[in-house]
Amino acid sequence: MHKLNQKMNTSTLAEPKPLSLSAWIAGLLVGAVLWVLAYSQLTNFADAVIGLLGLSHGNHLGEAVHFFFYDTPKVLLLLTGIVFFMGVIQTFFSPERTRALLSGKRVGVGNVLAASLGIVTPFCSCSAIPLFIGFLSAGVPLGVTFSFLISAPMVNEVALALLFGMFGWKVAALYLGLGLFVAIISGLIIGKLKMERYLEDWVQAIHAGEAPERAGETWTWLERFQAGGRHVKEIVGKVWPYIMGGIAIGAAIHGYVPQDFMASIMGKDAPWWSLPVAVAMGVPMYTNAAGVIPIVEALIGKGAALGTVLAFMMSVIALSLPEMVILRKVLRIPLIATFVGVVASGILLVGYVFNSVL
Amino acid sequence: MKDIKVLGTGCANCRNTIKLIEEVAAARGVAITLTKVEELPEIMKYGVMSTPGVVVDGKVVHAGGIPDRSKIAGWF
Repeated sequence: MHKLNQKMNTSTLAEPKPLSLSAWIAGLLVGAVLWVLAYSQLTNFADAVIGLLGLSHGNHLGEAVHFFFYDTPKVLLLLTGIVFFMGVIQTFFSPERTRALLSGKRVGVGNVLAASLGIVTPFCSCSAIPLFIGFLSAGVPLGVTFSFLISAPMVNEVALALLFGMFGWKVAALYLGLGLFVAIISGLIIGKLKMERYLEDWVQAIHAGEAPERAGETWTWLERFQAGGRHVKEIVGKVWPYIMGGIAIGAAIHGYVPQDFMASIMGKDAPWWSLPVAVAMGVPMYTNAAGVIPIVEALIGKGAALGTVLAFMMSVIALSLPEMVILRKVLRIPLIATFVGVVASGILLVGYVFNSVL
Repeated sequence: MKDIKVLGTGCANCRNTIKLIEEVAAARGVAITLTKVEELPEIMKYGVMSTPGVVVDGKVVHAGGIPDRSKIAGWF
């Protein structure tokens, strides 16, 4: 016993000492100043890089390289800032609390609430299934649960941060509004269709109220900041290869694809079928918002219509084959097919409306 | 002997959680039996909604994300 105690003491000493709250606040202030400075110098930085490489504006390679060295730091800066902020926000929400808020809510109000909570509740696609069952078992209606499951991955902080950075707040706000719209309407329709019988048997057998309550965790501000830091490490650590890949493809499109090449295929005056094709192409593609947005930016630069491109992006993020394979563990094929059909129709509607309004 | 179960469908976070628990237990010289619970119906019995979840001696002590080193140490 004595020996064990000694061991514990030495190992505690060996671990790095966590920062204090005041150190966090000071660090965040310095970080914010550096962040703003770096963000204001993005163009100069990219100009300096192509200057050093002996390239110039106006030729293919120069434009592509400039795009890459302008976008990469910009996207990483935006992402780090927003992801940290959201990591702190998410400490105020937990799946358990969201479930408690949604349990017993009427269809309609419940769908709106579920879609909105989907933005701020911490969500990882790997725990989509436990969450799904946890919601159902606590008496959250199937349609309301779907509103949450559609909104959570689609309307997320990474997508919003990148859209805001690249296209301004109007496009980000439109994406937010329309994403919520698709999630709410799709959930309402799935709820109306009464598809509970297409849940797998073992899911139906889990009865309401069986889940034991866990004591709610209380957070100090120090813990909230630490959670923000962990969130940055986790998310930015995971998505940066997608971002680099996306920016590289975007840079190639930007530098080498002729101006207005996309206008005839994905532009405003493209035939009606270009939108469904864009959505269908998005389904087998599996990447996250971070990877697809640089491509989106480059496509728009070449004359693609915003509605078509946003629909493509929503489809890539919200409808993915790997996700359907996971969902198959709890849902039967007819319910999965309905889910895909309803969400795809919602996305199409958004695309057509966007294209005709703008 | 602590009986520890890690609930999760095999995502990266779950594997990291297991590694971390093993490390901390080894550093503290605490004997544990570590089991992975990967079957969904089994996981759902614990009422955990975000994985990885951690169960110590039959009680859920953590759900969602990789637990902190200090949090893990608190379980022993």
